[in-house]
Amino acid sequence: MKERKTSQARRITLVDRVSLAPYSVWALLFIVVPLIFIAYYAFTDNSFAFTFENITKFFTATSPVTDSDGATREVRTYMLIFWRSLKLALISTAICLLLGYPIAYIIARATPRAQKTMITLIMVPMWMNFLIRTYAWMTILQDTGLLNALLKTLHLGTVSIIGTEGAVVIGMVYDYLPYMIMPIYSIMAKMDDKLLEAARDLGCNNLGVLRRVVWPLSLPGVISGITMVLVPSISTFYISQKLGNGKFYLIGDAIEGQYVAGNLHFAAAIAFILMVILLACMSLANRWTKRHVYGGV
Amino acid sequence: MKEIIELKHVVKSFDGEPPVLKGVDLKVYDNEFLTLLGPSGCGKTTILRLIGGFEAPDEGDVFFLGERINDVPPYKRNINTVFQKYALFPHLNVFENVAFPLREQKVPKAEIKKRVTEMLALVALTGFESRSVVRLSGGQQQRVAIARALISNPRVLLLDEPLGALDLKLRKDMQQELKKIQKKTGITFIFVTHDQEEALSMSDTIVVMSEGKIHQIGSPTDIYNEPKNAFVADFIGESNIVDGVMLEDRRVSFSGHTFQCVDSGFGKNEPVDVVVRPEDVDIVPVEKGMLRGTVTSVTFMGVHYEIIVDIGGFKWMIQTTDFCAEGSVIGLYIEPDAIHIMKKSEYSDMFGDYSSYSMEMDELSNAESEEEE
Repeated sequence: MKERKTSQARRITLVDRVSLAPYSVWALLFIVVPLIFIAYYAFTDNSFAFTFENITKFFTATSPVTDSDGATREVRTYMLIFWRSLKLALISTAICLLLGYPIAYIIARATPRAQKTMITLIMVPMWMNFLIRTYAWMTILQDTGLLNALLKTLHLGTVSIIGTEGAVVIGMVYDYLPYMIMPIYSIMAKMDDKLLEAARDLGCNNLGVLRRVVWPLSLPGVISGITMVLVPSISTFYISQKLGNGKFYLIGDAIEGQYVAGNLHFAAAIAFILMVILLACMSLANRWTKRHVYGGV
Repeated sequence: MKEIIELKHVVKSFDGEPPVLKGVDLKVYDNEFLTLLGPSGCGKTTILRLIGGFEAPDEGDVFFLGERINDVPPYKRNINTVFQKYALFPHLNVFENVAFPLREQKVPKAEIKKRVTEMLALVALTGFESRSVVRLSGGQQQRVAIARALISNPRVLLLDEPLGALDLKLRKDMQQELKKIQKKTGITFIFVTHDQEEALSMSDTIVVMSEGKIHQIGSPTDIYNEPKNAFVADFIGESNIVDGVMLEDRRVSFSGHTFQCVDSGFGKNEPVDVVVRPEDVDIVPVEKGMLRGTVTSVTFMGVHYEIIVDIGGFKWMIQTTDFCAEGSVIGLYIEPDAIHIMKKSEYSDMFGDYSSYSMEMDELSNAESEEEE
């Protein structure tokens, strides 16, 4: 019996190299070089002398905050901002997963025609400018906005959402949900129907099929969906400014603020630290999926 | 013999298309190896899916041990399936694939280990427990699929062209092995194939189908020796099917000669289809022959020659170990029990003439039917 080859080791020919060249140049110019610049700025001071100062500042800088009882205390500024960003990003990602997973499943089970329509419907808002979408949510969520107008006509009283963490989360979920749906959908659409039939044949009810076959097989999609939502939502700044009324200063706002204030080196340091943390998380996630989903294949 | 599954006048169609099954009646008995045999699109896989619970009939009923199960979902049926392309779970290793149904039934861990180990031994996969299924060969995947389907001791095992993806040698080995497993476990096997040789060599009972209807149900020898109509005669093995007239009991006339035969019970001078298998025709000197014809082609097949003989414009296929040169005139002799008489049917005159016969055509149509359903 012949072992089936799992991977085809193909030799990279000269033609491949030449045809890849434009992309390589592009990647070098617009991905690698900027990254080097960020690292370079992060580890230098204004006179471009090497320093760890920007990095240590991120972990140690403090500022006073006033609690609700009027007492003031010192907090580590950027750590606080970082944890707040992480918290909001995690909440948004979790909500995106809870909403996106069933949507992706429903789309993947639909007829090919319906699939196309639904995917288009999900993509259409993404074609609209990000700022416009965020402004739209402002008009909806404002105290005098559409939502409250609607609640008023229904005599349900009014709610004050704008300026809360909830508003920021709503904005993030709305903006990033498609990035959760798409990778999960694409992996589910490729799933062999026969596997689901086999599971039912072997004693699984619908819930069992979902738990024991669909979910584990869709994990790579879930992981990439989580990455694609978590990364932009942890570093978002515009949504928090507009929907949070500037009350929730996030790590993205910090980078932007430092940049606007001309502290390029410190802005680069924050961006660099954030990038390192995200890369670490992603590689951990990837390793975990590889080990647990495909038995190390 | 105890009846285990019964289909009563089952009709099934998909999406407003003409029905795939046009009123099928079928009984399956306990412990038998039953094969559903027919060309692509004849509805055999649909029958399997109805029994497995993946489809419900439009009309008619499906019974399992006398109980109507039309609407019982697959997971509540004590019937398991070996899927055409195995449908192994790629995220689980060999052991966990086989253990899958037991984990669902919450069988204790120690017992799972024992039963899976035994089952893997039965399908000769001991030592493969922790292998990833995507790294197995076709034959090994096949065995895992069988082990997984058998582990929860189903009453019936459904096999949907399980050998279709294997090469010839492996196919032959697996046929033997499946038969062995079936005898050992005593589980009823319902096997779907379009390969008549496979059906003949493995089955206790063969069900020949085409176009959503069952033509004949019988043992392999019955089906081969006593085909009910021209379709069955043609589909199972090679046949020369000629028009004849039944003069009286045990006397039939065809190709301008009157023959002794063993069939009776037809009307006087009733037009019939006469089947003569290529291996049942003896070649004799012209003067001793009942019929005479001209050899138009000779093909060496290894064990025998396959020659095409023109007898009064109708081309016969004859298998012989004697060489006859192309263009030579030969005499043919047919024993009475080599002649099988069939009633005229809608399939008369559609099959059994080898004038357009070519090996290539045969291979082509085989390749097409591999792509089945």
